[in-house]
Amino acid sequence: MAYKHYILVCGGTACESNKGAELFNRLNAEAEKQGVKDQVQIVKTGCFGFCERGPIVKVLPEDSFYVSVKPEDAQEIIAEQIIKGREVKRLLYSDDETAVKKDILAVEDIPFYQKQFRVVLRNCGAINPENIDEYIAREGYAGLERVLFEWNQEQLIEEVKKSGLRGRGGAGFPTWLKWDLARKAVGDVKYVICNADEGDPGAYMDRSTIEGDPHSVIEGMITAGKAIGSNQGYVYIRAEYPLAIERLKIAIDQAREYGLLGKNILNSGFDFDIEIRLGAGAFVCGEETALLTSVEGARGEPRPRPPYPALKGLFGKPTVLNNVETYANIPQIILNGAEWLSSIGTERSKGTKVFALGGKIKNTGLVEVPMGTTLREIVEEIGGGIPNGKRFKAAQTGGPSGGCIPAKHFDIQIDYDNLTAIGSMMGSGGLIVMDEDNCMVDIAKYFLDFTVDESCGKCTPCRVGTKRMYEILERITNGNGKPEDIGKLEELGYYIKENALCGLGQSAPNPVLSTLKYFKDEYEAHINDKKCPAGQCKALLNYEILQDKCKRCSVCVRVCPTGAIEGTVKNPHYIHTEKCIKCGACKEKCKFGAIVVR
Amino acid sequence: MAMSLDDLRKLREAKKTDLRKREAEGKEMQVIVGMGTCGIAAGAKQTLDAFIKGLEAHNLVDSTLVRQTGCMGLCHSEPTVEVVVPGMPTVIYGKVDEKVVNEIIQKHLIGKELLSGYILDKPAADILGAK
Ligand SMILES: Cc1cc2nc3c(=O)[nH]c(=O)nc-3n(C[C@H](O)[C@H](O)[C@H](O)COP(=O)(O)O)c2cc1C
Repeated sequence: MAYKHYILVCGGTACESNKGAELFNRLNAEAEKQGVKDQVQIVKTGCFGFCERGPIVKVLPEDSFYVSVKPEDAQEIIAEQIIKGREVKRLLYSDDETAVKKDILAVEDIPFYQKQFRVVLRNCGAINPENIDEYIAREGYAGLERVLFEWNQEQLIEEVKKSGLRGRGGAGFPTWLKWDLARKAVGDVKYVICNADEGDPGAYMDRSTIEGDPHSVIEGMITAGKAIGSNQGYVYIRAEYPLAIERLKIAIDQAREYGLLGKNILNSGFDFDIEIRLGAGAFVCGEETALLTSVEGARGEPRPRPPYPALKGLFGKPTVLNNVETYANIPQIILNGAEWLSSIGTERSKGTKVFALGGKIKNTGLVEVPMGTTLREIVEEIGGGIPNGKRFKAAQTGGPSGGCIPAKHFDIQIDYDNLTAIGSMMGSGGLIVMDEDNCMVDIAKYFLDFTVDESCGKCTPCRVGTKRMYEILERITNGNGKPEDIGKLEELGYYIKENALCGLGQSAPNPVLSTLKYFKDEYEAHINDKKCPAGQCKALLNYEILQDKCKRCSVCVRVCPTGAIEGTVKNPHYIHTEKCIKCGACKEKCKFGAIVVR
Repeated sequence: MAMSLDDLRKLREAKKTDLRKREAEGKEMQVIVGMGTCGIAAGAKQTLDAFIKGLEAHNLVDSTLVRQTGCMGLCHSEPTVEVVVPGMPTVIYGKVDEKVVNEIIQKHLIGKELLSGYILDKPAADILGAK
């Protein structure tokens, strides 16, 4: 029976947790009930990236793009569109700004997608990740023809070299070079490892890539295996990603069944298989040497480099270790050619990068853009700008290892080198937007708190140093900062960067150092004036009643949970600062705007 | 079943057709079947089925998008089908049964010729403009 309609339901973690799974079941149930089960294929796909407006449903061939779809809407979608061929207008994506339902708008015209260019996420939202046939239909495993039958190892690595691909896991190391080192390294056994630990808080592109298109990662790993002469791969993924693990397992099983993994792949004589290793969710285990130790079955602690994993990696054998997104790029490079990828991006950063947009932004979600796209384009055009008419203050990239990009660099073209030059870094792709209400000292403290928690404790600079820095920040935000604290933070920061054992410690001071570089005045306001300019640090806030605006209604007196406000109807009200716990209840309830925070 | 390279290629070609049916991208020709109550009552479902099968049989899945729409206001001549082919006037055919479907595919979509007997209308300017 031929299908007349296709309903693609987002099966990413964000939509699933927003009743996406129930919606999927309801659509199936309604199709059955209304007798059109054989006319519509309902497919659960990977993440569409537009998580802010999830759950997302796309109906083909009309290309109707529905947002915020609820399980209750299933009945109408089936009854109207599948049976009568009419779009459900009220569910169509609409642009808040213009308040028009753009029912003739193609998906490509939605501003969120317009500036995007999807290489890694090309299949996410388009195919059913649990069905290998759909991947194959979209040129999946087509690159293997060249990889296994036409090219030798040198040619393969040369192609990756020409493409200019650099590692997407953070540091941006040239992928071909790693592969070439591992190829030349002497060893009876070699390994290929995929780093899917993704510990950066706020980043989830690796999870979504595996959830939405697991075979692209598998194909990338097979290619790496051939390039270096390895027959065994491992995917190291954190146990907190159950959906991704599930889909990866299904994908590996299906690939094995088709003979795309295992012995003698496609009768080429090449053997390669992949196993999954689960991590317990420690940030340090994303660092490559700690990851290797963890895969070996020991406690995930880093070791000094060199030797680099390419020469002495897993069980002391030559090992290529790449990030999920790096592998997902490979099949596209093999298929479309190195020149194709190198035509995208900037001089020294080729291709695209996926970012997890979060923070003070309208369209939170996953976006993939060509390298060299400006921060402004990402925030204003794709992200839809900052809500509530607030001003852009800074963006944090690279999470706890990265730094902030202040408003004066809003037009920076994002690539590896430009970000490093201004004291931030690409990182794995978290991009957190901050507005005028964010206190930069508080942000730095947040990230440092994370690293203090996640420091494995093996080396002193990281274990003790980050803790001391954190204490200083805590002192500053509590109003006990001393003028010499800024100098101390800088000194400690540079010391830790130089002396920590692994990348975790070496990058831990970055959020502090970069906020100090661009927002020193905020630190000084906390220390010298005991004020938090953004109004975030509770200890430095004072609630006050503006007597000329106060109508003496006594609402605030009644809502104050600690009895800190004195006053009766028609008589002046006062806040007793020593009793005030700064909960903000009075300010929220005051109709006259008479309560201010200073 | 472990596949050979050839098996993989064959599987890809077979599955590609399935997947291409979903997509609108790159398809220049459109067949739009009126699926209002009137159309369905007159047999539009069979018409739609016939198109989907016929396009596949003639290898037109890659170039033709099959869509449904509501009542086009020509209820006396249902099932109605609008055919859009670049470089040709957009026309609406009436009383399109399975036999006419095959003629539309052979003559209009492949032969680039209009089927004189069944043309009802070129859509009025406002309908054209509304697209
Ligand atoms: C503390 C720390 C955490 C890291 N976490 C990750 C991670 O979650 N995922 C990742 O791919 N790389 C992570 N890295 C980078 C890896 O060490 C390694 O450079 C990367 O996986 C190499 O892959 P690539 O060349 O494809 O980028 C981390 C590094 C450090 C220092």
